Amino acid sequence: MHKGSGRRGPWLWTGALTVYAFLYVPLAIVIAYSFNDSRLNAEWVGFTWRWYEVLLHDQDMLAAAGNSLFIALVSSCIATILGTMAGIAMHRYGMKVLTFMVLTPVAMPEILLGVSLLLFFIQVLNLTLGMISIIFAHITFSICFVAVIVRARLAGMDESIFEAARDLGASPWETFRYVTFPLILPGVIAGGLMAFTLSIDDFVITFFTAGVGVQTLPLRIYSMIKIAVTPEVNAVSTLLMLLTLTLILLASKFAPDVLKGKV
Amino acid sequence: MSDESANLSPAARLTKWLVSGPPFIFLLLFFVAPSMIMVLASFRYPGEFGGLAPIAAADPNILQGFTLETYQFFFGDLIYSEIFVKSFLVATATTLICLLLAYPLALLIARSPKTSRDLMVLLVILPFASNFLIRVYAWMIILGPQSAFSQLVNSLLAVFGAGPVHLLFSPFAVLVGMVYVHLPFMVLPLYTNLEKHDPALLDAAQDLGANAWQRFWRVTFPLSLPGIFSGSALVFIPVLGMFAIPDILGGTGDMLIGNLIKEQFLGTRDWPFGSTLSIMLTIAVLLIAWLAAKFGGSRGRYA
Repeated sequence: MHKGSGRRGPWLWTGALTVYAFLYVPLAIVIAYSFNDSRLNAEWVGFTWRWYEVLLHDQDMLAAAGNSLFIALVSSCIATILGTMAGIAMHRYGMKVLTFMVLTPVAMPEILLGVSLLLFFIQVLNLTLGMISIIFAHITFSICFVAVIVRARLAGMDESIFEAARDLGASPWETFRYVTFPLILPGVIAGGLMAFTLSIDDFVITFFTAGVGVQTLPLRIYSMIKIAVTPEVNAVSTLLMLLTLTLILLASKFAPDVLKGKV
Repeated sequence: MSDESANLSPAARLTKWLVSGPPFIFLLLFFVAPSMIMVLASFRYPGEFGGLAPIAAADPNILQGFTLETYQFFFGDLIYSEIFVKSFLVATATTLICLLLAYPLALLIARSPKTSRDLMVLLVILPFASNFLIRVYAWMIILGPQSAFSQLVNSLLAVFGAGPVHLLFSPFAVLVGMVYVHLPFMVLPLYTNLEKHDPALLDAAQDLGANAWQRFWRVTFPLSLPGIFSGSALVFIPVLGMFAIPDILGGTGDMLIGNLIKEQFLGTRDWPFGSTLSIMLTIAVLLIAWLAAKFGGSRGRYA
């Protein structure tokens, strides 16, 4: 037995637990104050559901939530198809240019994709910013996440099954339909769920491509915290946290790597 | 690509283009083309009502064609270089603080029994599952003037005779927000690196008489440099372009590159200058990524 696994001194524990607290306390405060019977996020007064009721009657917020869900649904479906294709192409053909094009949009600061798409939509496509521009923007960054998860799934597989299918006379389409696709399906589903979550959550790129007409949930939260902070923000934050947490845990059921920081 | 396709049968080549074609064309249209447009836009004149001036206009009095003016403007006024320098300083400080906080955590996870490692990593990633704005908003509450934390800090300061300070809307708040949002980016690559270390190395160092500090500083730390470099790039790059955190937590004087770019595109609507700033930011980011790859031997974010 190595002494190595025992090398976890009190200093290390203290440091690490402090960092865990640093990660969780702020979010716990947001959640706690969403149930606080006070207009101010300053001290605990008493328990209430009031802010959730306010939320349910906030037409702007509900409309924004509806927009966010619609955008996430459409963009994640298209991104899942394109991302799966990209993941297969990257794995099977090692296409360097495609790999670069898939990974770079997310490796750069988000603002760069946001402003370049803004320029492109208005100056080249002459498009009025709104749902369509947001959806295209979200597909662009979501492709990467789907492709990376699908590629990881393919990389963990034994190539000989595909050869066996071909030797048994399966056409490329049949090999894909009956062998490759069922095998990568968990990765595809996980990628789709990630794309959906990222779309629901995106603020920066949406901020530049939304124009004036369309609000999404993050845009609505942003304007609320910029203008007037009320515990209604805490309530919507808590619900949104619950939603994205569920989606990510669900994604990890299909592709465990999602939660191991390897994707 | 081309040398490989030479070995493929016509049917296989067709499959290859059917599979890679659609994502390729989509990204060509929505990533490569917009980037090219931005490079071009940086050499144009601003339009009369924002946006870009036409390349060729009938009226000779309208500014048209291509120009280096935006670049001359950028280098001509020190204020822009200053904002770039300030952004680099904030990114450097954020990276160092993240490293300081992430290291003990990553080390503890790497040295924990295999069975609990996944859970401990999960606990680092979960806060990430909450919206970026919510995580920033949390600090608005904590650093707000009426919060318990602010009152504690100010009563401590009063003991030393120092006046009350405003924590929110300050460079301090910006730094805290930056660290909070980007910390997991540092923990994960560090952990991935530390996990691979052979504990026998530490045993050997101990047997050779190295104390705890020497074992860390002369064995663990040097071996973890690739993880440090890739984690640093993952923190530094997004911080460099961040506009929302200074926007929400900072005061009027806490403008960084991202805020400047946002202002050009949505505020003053000087798109050529906004594009120039974006190009400069891109160059800075590529430089950082190149440095991290060179020294870290990292193969990028998804390696």
